[in-house]
Amino acid sequence: MTTLPPPAAKKLGLVIDLDTCVGCHACAVACKEWNDGGDFGPLPDSDPYGAHPSGVWFNRVHSYAVEETTAHGKREMTVHFPRSCLHCETPACVTVCPTGASYKRAEDGIVLVDEDKCIGCQLCAWACPYGAREISPQRGTMQKCTLCVDRIYNETLDPADRQPACVAACPTRARHFGDLGDAESPISKLVAERGGYALMPEFDYKPVNKYLPPRPRRDGCDAAPSSGMPREETLDRDKLPGVLRWLDRALSR
Amino acid sequence: MRPTFSIICFTVLSGAGYGVWFVLGFGLATLWPRCVATHPLGDGSGMFMQCSYPALITHLFVVGFGLVTAGLVSSLGHLGKPLRAWRALSQWRSSWLSREGVAALLTYVPAIALLAVPLSQAWQARGLAPGDAFVPWLPDAILRPIGAVLALMCVVTVYCTAHIYSSLKPIRAWHDRHVTPGYLLLALHAGLLWMWALSTLPHAFVVRNDPRVNETDAMLLLLALTSLALVVLKWSYWRGIDAAPRAGAGHATGLESLGDVHAFEAPHTEENYLTHEMGFVLARKHARDLRAITILFAFVGPGVLAMLALALPSIRIFAAWAALVGGMLGLFVERWLFFAQARHTVIAFYGR
Repeated sequence: MTTLPPPAAKKLGLVIDLDTCVGCHACAVACKEWNDGGDFGPLPDSDPYGAHPSGVWFNRVHSYAVEETTAHGKREMTVHFPRSCLHCETPACVTVCPTGASYKRAEDGIVLVDEDKCIGCQLCAWACPYGAREISPQRGTMQKCTLCVDRIYNETLDPADRQPACVAACPTRARHFGDLGDAESPISKLVAERGGYALMPEFDYKPVNKYLPPRPRRDGCDAAPSSGMPREETLDRDKLPGVLRWLDRALSR
Repeated sequence: MRPTFSIICFTVLSGAGYGVWFVLGFGLATLWPRCVATHPLGDGSGMFMQCSYPALITHLFVVGFGLVTAGLVSSLGHLGKPLRAWRALSQWRSSWLSREGVAALLTYVPAIALLAVPLSQAWQARGLAPGDAFVPWLPDAILRPIGAVLALMCVVTVYCTAHIYSSLKPIRAWHDRHVTPGYLLLALHAGLLWMWALSTLPHAFVVRNDPRVNETDAMLLLLALTSLALVVLKWSYWRGIDAAPRAGAGHATGLESLGDVHAFEAPHTEENYLTHEMGFVLARKHARDLRAITILFAFVGPGVLAMLALALPSIRIFAAWAALVGGMLGLFVERWLFFAQARHTVIAFYGR
């Protein structure tokens, strides 16, 4: 059914820290690797080692230069921005699906594609402003982030590994996984503390995933005097040892 | 958005087909067949209904069937898994694409019901010599409601087609109040173009004595009206989408409050599905010329030809086919532009 389930208490999702992300693409590579061999795979590529490789990735890391205007002029800040499915609360990608292949799980809010029902019409990809869905020409069906549903509930894995591959791989712990429906969960507290925000809320798809904004940069110009000219250094000749006192006097002549 | 050939054929051909079937259904519900009571005995005692069926009914039915079916089959070409297309009929509660599929199939029911007319008459006429009179079983009383249902279902189907696109919020040029009336008017316009051309074939209309009903003049006036209405509508639509603010990377990432945001490194060195499907810029570059071609060929040309034909009946046959060929060409350019010019919000992440 592509009608949405009633709002669930549990909203599993990711929180991505734009302050600590270093743009290493480890999340994207780990995601590709897991999902190529996981329950929903493979994710075949075309021309993978050739001149024009292309293929489906669930995670894409953009890099932006943000030009801030401060009291001391302009300065640039680099922000790396991982983009993936936001597992929206009211996703249009689900309701536009004509076959029932695209669905939102009632129990935890994960948005998935049933590969056996998808006809590859691509309407869901068109309905998503976040670019979360990519079609696989090889498989003929739509592919998307599964929030590693085949890892997070996988009892054959060590409990510590029951988290999305991108979260496990992140070397700077810029990615956090948890229940954003529970206000007391660690990641909900993180969102509250750091002012986490949803992307393009005007579409009213209510993304579950949140982004933590970069922390304010320390301004290196703060210690500079307002006069603009550096102050002249002062030297108390009387405090110098005898030889240096003579040297200073000789050179000052 | 990438203008996929299969989807352009789907929307243009099926839209024209539903336009043809709409004028057929409307004609059947209001004008055709014209049945008159006859009193063959001459003393007013025995009464028969004598109905005449203009050949245009058959022409419109066949052409509409061909256009609708070609359009729907063409839409399968866009699917990654066309053999599963039947599944698309299941989610009519939430999906406009599903509703369109259901409505498209349901529209075949009244259309095919029209076949009952020739079939029943052929059955009745078996064994009769040519020229023998007989009273048909299916007079206008049956055809009128079937025609009305057909016309209504054509409107419903094209409405659903338009909503597949106008319901997509991330594509500003489709999520626009001009889109649905545009699809409906364009379908009617195409239907009238085909009707005009088909009406030049022999025996298209029944020659009747009542001069108050003249389908040709009514059709030409209506065609001139749809042409004018579409020029206004498309101009207003293009002005609106040109003036609409365009989201950039700062807005998409939510970083605009920090400063000016520009992408300095893309996530991938090659094209991917998103940039290939949604980052189509060719049409936006040539928009002005293509819009002029649309206005000229699809609307102004047929509209002027219709007015000329009203004044000069001698040019009607040439004008009708010129309007059809030019008009359909213009409609393909219009639909190509509708797709190719539309910008998807996701491209803002790429800073394009």
